[in-house]
Amino acid sequence: MLEVAGLSKSFAGFRAVSDVSLTVETQQIAAVIGPNGAGKSTLFNLITGHLQPDSGTVRLDGRDITGAAPYRICGMGIGRSFQRTNIFSRLTVFENLQAAYLVHHGRGLDFWSRAESFYRDETAALLASIGLQGQENAVAGTLSYGNQKQLELGLALASDPAMLLLDEPTAGMSATETHDTIRLIEKIAGERALTLLFTEHDMDVVFSIAQKIAVLHQGQVIADGAPAEVRADPTVRRVYLGEH
Amino acid sequence: MAPSFLFSQFMGGLTTAMFLFLIASGLSLVFGIMRVINFAHGSFYMIGAYLAWQMVQWVHPAGAGFWIAALFAASGVAVMGAVIERLFFRSLYGREELYQLLFTYALVLILGDAAKFVWGTQQLSVSTPPVLAGSVQIFGSTQPLYSLFMIALGPAIAFGGWLVLNRSGVGRMVRAAQMDREMLDALGANVGTIYTGMFVFSSFLAGLSGALVTPIQSIVPGMDVLIIVQAFIVVVIGGMGSFWGTFWGSVIYGEVLSFGILIFPGFSLFSVFALMAVILIVRPWGLFGRPL
Amino acid sequence: MTIETATPANSRVIGSGSSPMSRIPWTLIVFVVACTVPWLGSRYNTFLAEQIAIDALFAVSLNLLLGTTGLVSFGHVAYFGVGAYVCGILMKTYDLPFIIAFPAAGLGAGLFALVSGFFCVRLIKLYFAMLTLAFSQIIWAIAYKWNDVTGGDQGLPDVPFPNLDWMTAIPGLGSLKTSDQFYLLTIVLIAVSLAVLHRVVRSPFGRVLTTIRDNPERAAFIGVNVRAYQLAAFVVAGTFAGFAGALYGIFSRGVFADYVFWSKSAEVMIMTILGGMDYFWGPPVGALAIVWLNQEVTDYTEYWPFVLGVILLVLLFVFPGGIVGGLDLLWKRARGWHRA
Repeated sequence: MLEVAGLSKSFAGFRAVSDVSLTVETQQIAAVIGPNGAGKSTLFNLITGHLQPDSGTVRLDGRDITGAAPYRICGMGIGRSFQRTNIFSRLTVFENLQAAYLVHHGRGLDFWSRAESFYRDETAALLASIGLQGQENAVAGTLSYGNQKQLELGLALASDPAMLLLDEPTAGMSATETHDTIRLIEKIAGERALTLLFTEHDMDVVFSIAQKIAVLHQGQVIADGAPAEVRADPTVRRVYLGEH
Repeated sequence: MAPSFLFSQFMGGLTTAMFLFLIASGLSLVFGIMRVINFAHGSFYMIGAYLAWQMVQWVHPAGAGFWIAALFAASGVAVMGAVIERLFFRSLYGREELYQLLFTYALVLILGDAAKFVWGTQQLSVSTPPVLAGSVQIFGSTQPLYSLFMIALGPAIAFGGWLVLNRSGVGRMVRAAQMDREMLDALGANVGTIYTGMFVFSSFLAGLSGALVTPIQSIVPGMDVLIIVQAFIVVVIGGMGSFWGTFWGSVIYGEVLSFGILIFPGFSLFSVFALMAVILIVRPWGLFGRPL
Repeated sequence: MTIETATPANSRVIGSGSSPMSRIPWTLIVFVVACTVPWLGSRYNTFLAEQIAIDALFAVSLNLLLGTTGLVSFGHVAYFGVGAYVCGILMKTYDLPFIIAFPAAGLGAGLFALVSGFFCVRLIKLYFAMLTLAFSQIIWAIAYKWNDVTGGDQGLPDVPFPNLDWMTAIPGLGSLKTSDQFYLLTIVLIAVSLAVLHRVVRSPFGRVLTTIRDNPERAAFIGVNVRAYQLAAFVVAGTFAGFAGALYGIFSRGVFADYVFWSKSAEVMIMTILGGMDYFWGPPVGALAIVWLNQEVTDYTEYWPFVLGVILLVLLFVFPGGIVGGLDLLWKRARGWHRA
């Protein structure tokens, strides 16, 4: 579904991402791992159009989406969550998700109707599926960190994506929260037949659900394959020695 | 057009430029470190002018007295700046930039009326210090000595400032604060003191320029607004936070104004804002600035 | 920067919910009271009310940018000015009727907003604010210098009242002075404009604008073309500012360059924030406060700027949510609500 080929990006001489190629099959769960500064977030930003690559291409189902504007890429069926929670802090939880539905269904240019009347059922359903029922009227900025992350996930799902890019979905979570979040993600991915690409620091998480793992180190892919292979790869072990 | 006339225009533009540079450098400095546009900078300049006049009234100095008055004025404004920064500005740092801007605007309103209250609305002036009261002939045009002094002062300050900023420990801290205040804070440097220090220094410069302008311009209400708009344009052209940007921005502004009026009399008013708009559209961080 | 509440983000009304307070049609009451002013009070009161109404529309149009979309514009007076000049010039110089001049004013202001906005929305916060200021000063410079069209520094005195003969057909209105008849027309036009703006703010479009305000990056990644929406907001805000300007030109019997000076942009911004930029009805309350205070203070002293500065300080340090924000807080405390 997603084909990244030869992607490169430098910042003032520093090669953040260097000739990265990656393929994610439809409905596959893939992970990108690597030490801090390996270029994971930059890679995501390149895929979702937040950054323009210096060279290389990104294809979605064969379509070239390299460097397209983020809002267009979202419209093509990629949902994304961000590492630092990125929600609409002054809107309520309900309004957050409802806004995403409004945009997704093309209602954004409706100047006349009342916003609160649309997509109430869908929003309520989504709220329930991400585990935030009962919090509809809480102002997003006042939610706990964990809840904000759930909302983040909800926002990514509201645009009905075929593929989800999750940037460190369990960052900063306790063991229980991590476990719950991963189960939730797995469940949703299964229910909606989603393709998943995520980055993570927590190796247990990665090895528990990823079907394919790419290892990034200093902007380059040093290993790419099934979890067992990657685990056994000597280069990977060397890179992670002392880190894990 | 006679060469002497052109030269005269050129020198006139340069005088305006260097004098603007003195003011605008303080504005640019504060922006570079604190990321805030201090609208009240023009008000500090005005207060500096009034204080200098006041000092001259009290002491009736002859000769060196003018310089003492200027120093007194600049220091007075610096103290005022220190008080304002410590008491008020501090509590606004974490807040939205809009609030900080509005605060400086509130200062403009308050200081403007305070000056009116204390010194009234008539035009005041200060005579040129005797040592610079004459004029010389250069290339067939008459140049007042005081103008030449102003023209020399600009580059002197620019050079001095550049030395301090690039060679001294203090300067290093200031540049670091400009690049990453959080990091500096984490390193244990007292960011608060740096901010206060910069603000005080900038106020000093503003007050000094106000004092030094009194021999060539009369002191009137409204001079604060007039000057801040010009300083603003200069800083946009040159690049906010850039020292050399401010210098060259001032030169460009001064000369464009000086020669523009010759070509097209209604020029100045419209064109300086058009110039500002063009820069913002094409290269918002100005000639020498860095993209934010 | 403001108080978090649990009511819908872009349509906060004091005591909204199912309380008895919210069932009282406040806006209708204010409208009716406003309409009765020519009969109730003196000419002075009518003058004040008209000023407040016009400033209220101007401030609400600014708040579409400031409070709803998060765009800090320091040059909003440009559109007010364009509207005032277009209407004034069409009516005075070209003798066109109000029914053409008024919409034309909005159109002209909207067009200028489209052109200037196109460049402005490309810039980040600080530069955006500076460019809006530059455009507004360009308009001022044009107004000040283009003697042939705008009257230059003399301006356009004696802009005529529109032909209001048709009003005599309405019972009770025939006996009013022309200025009072115009007052009623103004109130009606402003009420309609505010109603439209209220609709816009509560619409899906308005909701999308609030997402841009809260988090432009996230908004892009739910599919929002941020720049396009910002430009649309800019044009709508500019158009209504133009309408306010057109009415103001007739109200003050003339259009002059100092209407477009940047200090007016600062004044309307203060009104908006003083009233409360998180609330739709905040800016009108702010307009009321400033206009009324201005009149009271200038009766006693010439130092109105000083007073305004002090008000601004109090606002910034003590009541950042503005008047309506403060009232909302009191209301919530009184009802024993606890913030989440």
